[in-house]
Amino acid sequence: MTIPILQATSLTQSQQIEMLEQMYRIRAFEEKADELFALGRVHGTMHLSIGQEAVAVGAGAALKPDDYVLNHHRGHGHCIAKGADINFMMAEFMGKATGLCKGRGGSMHIADVERGNLGANGIVAGGIPIAVGVGLSVQMQRQSRVVLSLFGDGAVNEGVFHESMNLAAIWKLPVVFLCENNQYAMSMPVARAFPIHPLSKRACAYDMPGETVDGNDVFAVHETVQRAAERARSGQGPTFIECVTYRWKGHSKSDQQKYRTREELEQWKAKDPIQRFASYLIETRQLTAEGVEQIRKRASDTIEEALRFAEASPEPDVNTILEGVYA
Amino acid sequence: MREITFAEAIREALRLEMRRDSRVFLIGEDIGVYGGAFGVTIGLLEEFGTERVRDTPISEAAITGTCIGAAITGMRPVMEIQFMDFIALAMEQLVLQAAKMRFMLGGKVSVPMVLRTPAGSGTGAAAQHSESLEAWFVHIPGLKVVMPSTPHDAKGLLLASMRDNNPVIFVEHKLLYKTKGSVPEDDYEVPLGVAEVKRPGRDVTIVATSIMIPRALSAATKLAAEGIEVEVVDPRTLKPLDTDTISASVSKTGRVLIVHEACKTGGIGGELAAQIAESDALFYLKAPIKRLAGLDIPIPYNRTLERHAVPQEENIVEAVRDLMAAG
Ligand SMILES: Cc1ncc(C[n+]2csc(CCOP(=O)(O)OP(=O)(O)O)c2C)c(N)n1
Repeated sequence: MTIPILQATSLTQSQQIEMLEQMYRIRAFEEKADELFALGRVHGTMHLSIGQEAVAVGAGAALKPDDYVLNHHRGHGHCIAKGADINFMMAEFMGKATGLCKGRGGSMHIADVERGNLGANGIVAGGIPIAVGVGLSVQMQRQSRVVLSLFGDGAVNEGVFHESMNLAAIWKLPVVFLCENNQYAMSMPVARAFPIHPLSKRACAYDMPGETVDGNDVFAVHETVQRAAERARSGQGPTFIECVTYRWKGHSKSDQQKYRTREELEQWKAKDPIQRFASYLIETRQLTAEGVEQIRKRASDTIEEALRFAEASPEPDVNTILEGVYA
Repeated sequence: MREITFAEAIREALRLEMRRDSRVFLIGEDIGVYGGAFGVTIGLLEEFGTERVRDTPISEAAITGTCIGAAITGMRPVMEIQFMDFIALAMEQLVLQAAKMRFMLGGKVSVPMVLRTPAGSGTGAAAQHSESLEAWFVHIPGLKVVMPSTPHDAKGLLLASMRDNNPVIFVEHKLLYKTKGSVPEDDYEVPLGVAEVKRPGRDVTIVATSIMIPRALSAATKLAAEGIEVEVVDPRTLKPLDTDTISASVSKTGRVLIVHEACKTGGIGGELAAQIAESDALFYLKAPIKRLAGLDIPIPYNRTLERHAVPQEENIVEAVRDLMAAG
């Protein structure tokens, strides 16, 4: 199958190269996470975003450093795209005292508050109304920040999604609602969960713009989120964006994937967002094949280094177990 | 007798009742082809089809209300909340509707529904996937609360719950799913409101719930080697509560340790202690009533902290020794 060529963009060459590097970094983090779990070196569960890197990186590149992000359980990529220090992020993933959340949160609750990343959420749609509140706070404090609220297709059927969209719309809050439609909510296919397609049509119920874009096209994601962010910043209110993509791995660590076929997975793997982007950069002579390989290698070295840091980090002190509940 | 796991015992009860009573149907997230997050409903879709094993989008409030509506008009729904934490999203329908509908309507309807849900910590799932919220429901008139600790009780209590004409919250500890025990193949009920002495003893009574029963039983074996004979009582249902069996045991031993996983403050242990203190058992006490429960913190991700957050076997052993030393 032929993969559509990416469209040229307003991004500079160095911005594009940095975006490719971030996508490789996310992939390398996720692959390492998968491996660490398989080896029994981390416990619990995790939700990997392999195959969805263009959404995190395209959206992240459209934000300014002091913009806010609130995301969902499949959130490693967003955290990296918002500029997290990978060492502290890996330490959190491994439950260490040096982790971004002091080992209390783990994979599902990674946050990086200093960088405006207000946290992943274990509750489907749980972060959406909070993003509305952050938008309200930005508006009331007359700031020019934007709030990016990221969630999966599953969240779009929770009641609180609708309540949040409505509030953001009536108050014209600076929120960008971004749905990563990766085709499934655990085992529930989008086709069976919704009477309406594409999902962005739901925006019309709140009289806000709704757009559906190819979530494996990093430029399309970037361009759409950038426009929505400008709208938000200029006081015109929220936008709902649906990025169509695919999750390559199982939902979490207990998934036998009986609800989909290998052929379907292979079809989507052929649309690998990283390969597409790398090919574009080579075709447009912004990078050579060796240059791409160096970037991939550097990303994987960064993750290895983060793992060394995390492993050398101390466990949280059991004597601090009661701390952190109240301010 | 045949030994099966706790999860298999629950599945067997569901299957038996669905074969016997065509009004019974299952509804919840990922209960069909996925078989539920913990595999409890595996195979039921194949036998009963998509109408009676009904996968839903992620919409806990609406699932709960749907069950209420079906229950008051001739059906007998059994819903699953994928993790007990998410019951928070169903609270309005459970507490303000299901629990009081019969009362408000002057007894003209009944709400025969069961809400099954996996609870508890110990899987590394962190603060939003590890809750033990049973005490919330004990506080609500109109609801019943069931918390089995063995495969035998799980099957018998679930059959009784599905035949009860009231909303029943059926709490399944995740760490119990793989535990094995003898379970009769035929149809039997364990009645709601009847506690069981799981081990007789003369010196101390332990009243424990759910996962704390196996921990109390192994603690009792250890303590027996020191000459301390522990009696272990499992209330099995928190509402209705069999206070007679509990106070009879405490009157006999003169010492009582109450053990549960949920946070101590506001937990079911407070109610159990009050029931004991209000009964004649108070006159037989040789030492003050003692509670051992979860720390008053959300469940941390880090493995060591997670373990320390809730009572373990060694904590039970120690608490019993303290109780013996106290009088
Ligand atoms: C309120 C709530 N209900 C159910 C779950 C269990 N759960 C976690 S993720 C998930 C599927 C989410 O799908 P989607 O929103 O599409 O995101 P994806 O996992 O595909 O990235 C489910 C059912 C949850 N965490 N919170």
